[in-house]
Amino acid sequence: MDPIIEFRDFTFQYKSQTEPTLHNINLSILPGEKILIAGPSGSGKSTLAHCINALIPAAHPGSYTGTLTVGGAVPKDAGVFGMSKIVGTVLQDTNGQFIGLSVGEDLAFALENDAVVQDEMKARVSEIADIVNVRKFLHHAPDELSGGQKQRVAMGGVLVDDVKILLFDEPLANLDPATGKKTIALIDEIMKAKDVTVIIIEHRLEDVLYRDVDRIVVVNDGRIVADMKPDELLCTDILSGQGIREPLYVTAMKYAGADITPEDRPQHIETMEVARHAGKVRKWFENAPVPAHVNDQAPVLEVKDVSFAYNAGEPVLENVSLTLRKGEMVSLVGRNGAGKSTLSSLICGFYKPDRGEMFLNGQDISRLSIKERGEHVGYVMQAPTQMISKPMIMEEVGLGLQVRGVPEEEIKERAGEVLKICGLYPFRNWPVSALSYGQKKRVTIASILIMNPEIIILDEPTAGQDYRHYTEIMEFLREINRKTGITILMITHDMHLMLEYTDRAIVLADGKILADETPAQVLTDEALCDSADLKKTSLYDLAVRCGIEDPSEFADRFIAYERAAKRGAGEGADR
Amino acid sequence: MKIRTFLTYEPQDTWIHDLSGVTKFIFFIAWSVVCGLTYDTRVLAVMILISMSVLYMSKARWSQFSIVVKVLAIFMVLNIITIFLFSPYQGCLIYGSRTDICHLFGKYTLTKEHLFYSLNIMIKYFAIVPTAFMFMTSTAPNEFAASLNKIGLSYNIAYSISLALRYIPDLQGEFRRIRNAQEARGIEMSAKAKLMDRIKRMASIISPLLFTSMERIDVVSNAMELRGFGKKKKRTWYAAKPLKRNDWLVIAFTVVFAAAALIITYHDGNRFYNPFV
Amino acid sequence: MKKLGVREVVAIGIGTALFVVVGFVSIPLGFVPNTDLYPKMGILGFFAALFGPVVGLAIGLIGDLISSLIGGGIWWSWLIPMGVPGLCIGLFASKYHIEDGTFGTKEIVTFNIAQVIGNAIAWIFLAPVLDIIIYAEPANKVFFQGIWAFIGNIICTAIIGTLLILAYSKIAGRSTGLKKED
Ligand SMILES: Nc1ncnc2c1ncn2[C@@H]1O[C@H](COP(=O)(O)OP(=O)(O)OP(=O)(O)O)[C@@H](O)[C@H]1O
Ligand SMILES: Nc1ncnc2c1ncn2[C@@H]1O[C@H](COP(=O)(O)OP(=O)(O)OP(=O)(O)O)[C@@H](O)[C@H]1O
Ligand SMILES: [Mg+2]
Ligand SMILES: [Mg+2]
Repeated sequence: MDPIIEFRDFTFQYKSQTEPTLHNINLSILPGEKILIAGPSGSGKSTLAHCINALIPAAHPGSYTGTLTVGGAVPKDAGVFGMSKIVGTVLQDTNGQFIGLSVGEDLAFALENDAVVQDEMKARVSEIADIVNVRKFLHHAPDELSGGQKQRVAMGGVLVDDVKILLFDEPLANLDPATGKKTIALIDEIMKAKDVTVIIIEHRLEDVLYRDVDRIVVVNDGRIVADMKPDELLCTDILSGQGIREPLYVTAMKYAGADITPEDRPQHIETMEVARHAGKVRKWFENAPVPAHVNDQAPVLEVKDVSFAYNAGEPVLENVSLTLRKGEMVSLVGRNGAGKSTLSSLICGFYKPDRGEMFLNGQDISRLSIKERGEHVGYVMQAPTQMISKPMIMEEVGLGLQVRGVPEEEIKERAGEVLKICGLYPFRNWPVSALSYGQKKRVTIASILIMNPEIIILDEPTAGQDYRHYTEIMEFLREINRKTGITILMITHDMHLMLEYTDRAIVLADGKILADETPAQVLTDEALCDSADLKKTSLYDLAVRCGIEDPSEFADRFIAYERAAKRGAGEGADR
Repeated sequence: MKIRTFLTYEPQDTWIHDLSGVTKFIFFIAWSVVCGLTYDTRVLAVMILISMSVLYMSKARWSQFSIVVKVLAIFMVLNIITIFLFSPYQGCLIYGSRTDICHLFGKYTLTKEHLFYSLNIMIKYFAIVPTAFMFMTSTAPNEFAASLNKIGLSYNIAYSISLALRYIPDLQGEFRRIRNAQEARGIEMSAKAKLMDRIKRMASIISPLLFTSMERIDVVSNAMELRGFGKKKKRTWYAAKPLKRNDWLVIAFTVVFAAAALIITYHDGNRFYNPFV
Repeated sequence: MKKLGVREVVAIGIGTALFVVVGFVSIPLGFVPNTDLYPKMGILGFFAALFGPVVGLAIGLIGDLISSLIGGGIWWSWLIPMGVPGLCIGLFASKYHIEDGTFGTKEIVTFNIAQVIGNAIAWIFLAPVLDIIIYAEPANKVFFQGIWAFIGNIICTAIIGTLLILAYSKIAGRSTGLKKED
């Protein structure tokens, strides 16, 4: 069979760069294959994708040597429009990709541009709406849809054109775990129904592997470092060597000293041969240190029986109570729209609760203004660009103090200190724009930290970041948590994050608190995960399949072990 | 500093909702032109009657526009007072006579002519505002953009309008979030601050909004290009509504009415209806 | 007229949305209607300077049309002039060098001369004249209002517009010669 995509000795250089971004790529993809492309941030994955759909060189100028053919066409000659008939691209930012004023129109967008007559258009849209299962929402506006629904619309929008290749650039970022799973399942269904070739670029490897993948291509520094079957790749150390997160059960088995081979079929924990390794895993479990986590510090923040509704009669929160103790790191989880951001907005005073009370260090805060609460509670929003308003790092970090009338000298001194904690001191005189996403995120954290809050709330601190950046941010947060005893509340859809970095997880579903337990307990409770749209950790399956009676204890010990290992490795590392 | 809530479209089953957006837009534009030009009180009275009944038939609810009405009322009253303060005898100039009612203070005397002139300005609001509400609450934004292209506006501009309507609610939410975050960091827009400081602080709220919007422009234009926008001379519209019999009737009525209104207004070479002669 | 590219179409759309949303915010100067400070003028200046006269004109007109629809009625005498500042600023778009990152003193002066001319035509001349022609309002009142609006709008464009362009120019013209310091 002839490959549908073929890179041969392909080297690409952006016009504005002095060095090529892609080096000597050789890659063939056969029709009907499903390929996962993984690699650290900045390694050139999106660049590769843009070469395929012709955004390179049409929208991002540059030049290449070697050859590239896609579905019989040469992208740079066919142009973006020509390629859009062959390749359907689903961007990471599904909100940005949602162009129409309603679902129906967005699905029809490509047809409209092709001047298809209205009746035929309606018929095609209706057919596609069934495939991606959005028929019920055809008249809905984008702000009436959840993240997962938008994702479906985005897929439908490219499918109307009868494309041969579907290209997904980080489809799972910003989706809650259950929706992510559904998305991966949907991609599989579409492959069966429409006979397409699929390329997925994604950091969340384990989530993509929920359904079979033919090959994984690992990219680093513009070069292909591995191109193999998942079962083979998972047995090597390539992933961890490139700073990519392996599936947790694979890591756990490696910790236990199991030598996994492709014959074990490690792609899915459900079907993997574990019997051979069960003994080793059990032994490791019995010898692993038992983690201690009891926090009996005084409460800093208490929320008591809080209820809230944006519109009368549609409660978003009902009788929510929770307590944060000094120095805790707690995660707040729950599906899209569960009310997590609303709860933080209430704590910060952006809205007033309809009922209930809130106490800060025992004092009622209902009368405090946003500004006054801001002195105690710092809120770091999801997108750093939503918070950064000054061009220079120093100015941005000092802004909060400056408006409080703190003298210039003192601002400089305190900003310097905070920047050191955040590992940004060497960059203090740079413009914010010269920083990477992860570094920008740290600038926003620094600009909150400088005001010495007692509690810091982070909304989705790691969305869309690779494992290395994510580890960087989280390790840094843990460090300031240890150094300053600050209390941290993290809103997240990332189950790994919650498991690895927080002591306690508060689960919110339909406006009520469903659970308030250790993350390991939450993520090994199947019923709870189902009702809150969380995703059970694969450590649970591993433990069960190895005959360990207390899977949640297994998860706990795994995390403790890994934290210790990471701390050992992190010591002296210069970030 | 306040953020007004957005008048919203609400689907309903009335003949007005059934009309094409273009029809209503033509009606609204014609109305606002005629209403601007005419000072013929009789014409304005008929216009008020028609626009009120149109609003009534569109089943718009008071709560959908009550805030806007309050803001407008204040604006209207201030405007009338300002005119009086600047030119207390504007009405006398226009109608060519002067009938004093009572002396107020200084050079200000209330005259029947000025009162009548003010009344005319005021009823202009009553003639035009209900049609705007009718238009906003009964026209689906997507269908509106589609039909603008149909009546000859270039599809590029029509699509720009569609995008603007698509992003207004998004940006409104974002604006609120950014402002809250800034306020939590102690940046307050209090009326006490010096004007210059308030302007600068405003810039510090606007700039994050602007920069995310600039990124969004890149994402959206890539997404549109990837799906083939702008490659053909023509494009069709999923949401377009063909003009039906009622549309043609309304358009015909609008043209006839506008022409008649302007003829009645100008037939004597003066657009003011003068009850003082 | 040059054909609009996709990026310009999107710039008009999102620029207009921004103009409308920021337009909900005003800083009152006095009691005379229509004389508040409107930060949205800074947004208009920014887009016109970056994307040129057609985008500037379109954002002003469409933005004001949508805003006035939301506000309950069209006032032609203030809508039509709203196209002028953007058009005027946009005519000199190639002189600002924003994307090269060299938006400096000379460019700031050019930008502000353009905006003052544009705002003067719009508010000191066009708006009052239309007010008199269309709405028969007293001349002294509308010129007074026009001058106030002119002052308010040039202040907003000068401060907010210039600040925004400066900040964006720093981002767009990728900084060079950055070194880590200890
Ligand atoms: N438009 C552009 N012009 C110049 N250089 C670019 C451009 N886009 C990307 N680059 C550079 O190319 C390199 C690879 O970027 P790319 O976006 O392909 O990475 P990626 O693997 O997709 O990363 P991520 O996981 O963060 O999305 C980066 O070093 C980046 O600086
Ligand atoms: N300003 C608002 N006005 C009306 N309803 C709102 C508003 N903001 C949020 N909602 C609704 O309140 C509910 C909770 O929203 P919230 O943003 O708190 O969810 P979330 O848990 O943070 O979700 P996500 O994970 O997607 O961020 C949702 O149903 C949402 O539609
Ligand atoms: Mg990428
Ligand atoms: Mg949220």
